[in-house]
Amino acid sequence: MGNRFLIEDPWLLNPLPRYGELGPADYSALGFMCGLEVHQQLLTRRKLFCRCPAGQYNQGEHQAEVLRHMRPTLSEMGEYDGTALMEFKTRKDIIYHLNQNTVCTYEMDDAPPFEMDDEALDISIAITMMLGCNVVSEVHITRKQYLDGSIPTGFQRTAIIGTDGDVPFRGRTVHIRQLSIEEDSCREVSDQGHVRVYRTDRLGMPLIETVTDPDMKTPEEAMAVGQVLRHLCRASGMVRTGSGAARQDVNVSVTGGTRIEIKGVPSLRAIPRLTHNEALRQRTLLGIRAELQRRGITAEDIADTGFDVTAIVRGTECRFIRKAVDKGATVLAIPLPGFQGLLEVQTQPRTSFLKEFSDRIRVIACIDDLPNLALSTQDVPTLSSRDWNRVANVCKVGQDVPVVLVWGTERDTRTAVKEIAIRAREAVAGVPQETRQALDDGTNGFERVLPGADRMYPDTDLPPIGLSDERVDAIRSSLPSPPWEKRRLLTEAGVGPDLAERLSRHRAYDLFEALRTRLDTSGAAAFGPHQLASLLLDRSSPRPASLGAAGSWWEETIDRLVRGDVLPEAVWSSEEELAVPLPEAEARRLVTGLATASLADGGLPEDPARKEHALMGRVMPTARGRVPGSAVRRWIAEHLKETRQ
Amino acid sequence: MSQTHEDFKGYRSPTLDLLQREGSPVWSQVTLHTTRGDFTGLILPRSETADELHIVLKLATGYNIGIRHDTVRSISVHGRKVANYQIPEKEFPFDPGKPRVKLFGTGGTIASRLDYRTGAVIPAFSPGELYGSVPELADICNMETEKLYGVFSENMGPEQWMGTARAIAAEIEKGVAGIVVGHGTDTMHHTAAALSFMLQDSPVPIVMVGSQRSSDRPSSDAAINLINATRTAATSDIAEVMVCMFGPTSDEYGLLHRGTRVRKMHSSYRSTFRTLSDIPLGKVDPASGVTPFREDYKRRRDDNRVDLKAVFDDRVSLVYYYPAMKPDVIDSLVANGYKGIIIAGTGLGHVNKPLYPALQRAYDAGVHVYMTVQTMWGYVQMYVYETGREIMGLGVIPAANMLPEVAYVKLGWAMGQSQDREEVKRIMMTPVAGEITEREPHNGYLVFQGGIPEVDQFISTHWK
Repeated sequence: MGNRFLIEDPWLLNPLPRYGELGPADYSALGFMCGLEVHQQLLTRRKLFCRCPAGQYNQGEHQAEVLRHMRPTLSEMGEYDGTALMEFKTRKDIIYHLNQNTVCTYEMDDAPPFEMDDEALDISIAITMMLGCNVVSEVHITRKQYLDGSIPTGFQRTAIIGTDGDVPFRGRTVHIRQLSIEEDSCREVSDQGHVRVYRTDRLGMPLIETVTDPDMKTPEEAMAVGQVLRHLCRASGMVRTGSGAARQDVNVSVTGGTRIEIKGVPSLRAIPRLTHNEALRQRTLLGIRAELQRRGITAEDIADTGFDVTAIVRGTECRFIRKAVDKGATVLAIPLPGFQGLLEVQTQPRTSFLKEFSDRIRVIACIDDLPNLALSTQDVPTLSSRDWNRVANVCKVGQDVPVVLVWGTERDTRTAVKEIAIRAREAVAGVPQETRQALDDGTNGFERVLPGADRMYPDTDLPPIGLSDERVDAIRSSLPSPPWEKRRLLTEAGVGPDLAERLSRHRAYDLFEALRTRLDTSGAAAFGPHQLASLLLDRSSPRPASLGAAGSWWEETIDRLVRGDVLPEAVWSSEEELAVPLPEAEARRLVTGLATASLADGGLPEDPARKEHALMGRVMPTARGRVPGSAVRRWIAEHLKETRQ
Repeated sequence: MSQTHEDFKGYRSPTLDLLQREGSPVWSQVTLHTTRGDFTGLILPRSETADELHIVLKLATGYNIGIRHDTVRSISVHGRKVANYQIPEKEFPFDPGKPRVKLFGTGGTIASRLDYRTGAVIPAFSPGELYGSVPELADICNMETEKLYGVFSENMGPEQWMGTARAIAAEIEKGVAGIVVGHGTDTMHHTAAALSFMLQDSPVPIVMVGSQRSSDRPSSDAAINLINATRTAATSDIAEVMVCMFGPTSDEYGLLHRGTRVRKMHSSYRSTFRTLSDIPLGKVDPASGVTPFREDYKRRRDDNRVDLKAVFDDRVSLVYYYPAMKPDVIDSLVANGYKGIIIAGTGLGHVNKPLYPALQRAYDAGVHVYMTVQTMWGYVQMYVYETGREIMGLGVIPAANMLPEVAYVKLGWAMGQSQDREEVKRIMMTPVAGEITEREPHNGYLVFQGGIPEVDQFISTHWK
């Protein structure tokens, strides 16, 4: 009898492998699959469906607020979408902060959309073609439902621009399922209890979403493909950069698990750890399912009855429960027979299975003062064992059965109990379909139930937009090459691999292309393609990275560099007039003179190597551009040797 | 089996020819092989108003795209998946303790869902359908529904106004706690005025309601408006014809506007309906029900009597005056047999001198001519300037502070009762349902101007 609840699955008994401890073969054995949804804001003057300026953020200043509620609409089969119902259960007051400089009546759903911004449409067509996707002939604007309030209409206007592209990746291709253009959502300010607050400045800005197939087989590959896609977008030169301009959702599944969407991953570097942890979370949940099945637990065994135990816990020593009860909270208990030992199982680093319950209560019942539950079998002090026994008696279960306590308003605790039962039943089925939120420590938390396919509706406010061959051809003719293509061309031109990689995704690439015809490509020249690439990528280069903006400055400078009239170092300095290189004798006099003066001033380190380095630092500001750096270094060394310093 | 027009719904030549040639009617699961690559999905019906050049394809992800017919090289058909929808019905629960409310439909879609494949709106209207969409209604009343018309708001006219009034009267005589009329918002205030005149001394509330955001979207105001209107009809003590629509743009409360003083004031805002030159009758919200703002309303009674005057003479026109208006505008109305003209004049009620002879000819032809103001707020006052006195001298009668649309409806209704000049005038100038008020309170005209510091201060602290 007692043995029935001993955990047998070794996966549940051993510590979770940390990121870095598994190799490709391990991920393959798990059946790890990962796909990306990359969101990239476009560099346009206006928002996508109105004439508000794009890219203007206000730091919390707002002149007005609007309160709205979201209501689920009927789905295809006449049922409510699961996500929609979940959001409705939360009964959130959604409050929007309005700044009149960045938002108009359109975004607030008080006016119909204007026509789609042409600039945004052209950019998205260009990137669609760079991804090798097939461009549609008519763009149909669709409504994608979101009931969390992040878009005041309750849906995002979105449209497919192309489908079925391929991106080269490590000798194979990653398949691009589709590219869509869509309006960005609000930024969340806060979400406490039944009130969620949004800032509306970002709302409506144009962005594209690129969706890949789940072709990535390891966490590291997922990040690398993310980089490839980001570089491609940037190569268009028509996308926004900086904080929040590019975000990705990551889809992860393992064999027997389900597609879990991790939303809002801010940085590509976060992807490997997040996807690793998610894969292991799914594997652990499958282990828990196997245990439950072995124990003969079915969904029907889990009742959603909450027992009112407020009177029992009224005098408890447990501070957080007592504080809530003193404020008038109701405390409900729900037993989870058959879950002995499972709620404490680690599903992610520093995270036990119990957190999946806590998350649901926090998000759906809006009980967000943590801790928001207590577990009878937990190894942390909560109620006294005497009180737990009385709770077990009220629930009519044995003292070994895990009992979860929740507290809050009567209504919220009823919702919480229902959610605990729902989550427990899902454990019997395996991995519930969820959208999860990326957390800073590489773990993830529940965000919402994964929306169904029923949430797409045609937008009846706007007619389809035909994309004529003339328009598509015009965009194609001025299309920048994708980074991998540029990299190949640069390498062929004689630029070293590292520089070629950097320049291939840098906006200075076009400048390089424009200037390279002026170079001596015999291979013997001191200033060739490699040196030009190096010059253009130097961050301290003071000149605009385009020809037009700089007048004839670049052409003249490159010609002088090729002739040897000036040194590359001179271009780096920010002076208007380029320094002219000195004849050798004069140059040496200058360096020696400066070195002598510096030595006399003193304050240099004793250590010979560091002394030489410090001296270099004092001489170079004057010598830069007039004397090659290598010569400065040589003459300083010689001077130190000669003067025995 | 031969293919019918319905098999290629909405498609016209040359796309129709292509689909027929390739044997791929609507609802075929296909791959289109095109000059821009392959596209796989389900062929949807084409909107009748869209061009004849594109095939609409629903992708597996739920998105729709359009493919131009002349880019298609060939079509592979994989199967067929026909969509057929209806609104789910759930039986509206009957509770003997709850009041009976009758909902009449005229064509506005209070509750509906979109056929997500075709984009067509399927209205929910039977009690079962409404209950499926807005279950909160069952907490308020026992609801019965009746569809009177299926027309857009702009197609409502005298015939529909009279028909609606008769249907409501019949229902009241049967005994009902209240009436709700679902209506498109564009001309809701015209119909509200017509019902105010045609149904007098109702013992129960008659509440008109609609939505500014269609009910197939999560942000729709439809459900909350319907809940508020039903609550008002079932429980309110105000037995008048009212419009119940969003008060502020925030989801807070609905306002109850008197049917003769209300007007749609914004083409798209939720809070588009405003009471002009007066304050609303009250407000209603789901938490606290109806809160009247004033005392001078007609009270609910226990009897089933209502005074039905469903008449209308449609030989009446509304002329919005503009500075260069020529007399032939008036002359042509008279020549075409119009017997009543409402002028929306400038300022206190003025038109230019060139119109004078035409107005005289109209009067001589027995046409009833009334003056209202295009300023919307305020009274006609034709004594202040000489112009006004001259115009009155031509037989033009100032219509106090009747809104132009309300005066138009009332004149048609009055002419339906009499052609006698004096009798029409008596009916016109006798207030029936608040269309003429004796005084305008100072807070009856509040159009706040953004940018003024104290106004911006106000809207920063109150949900408008």
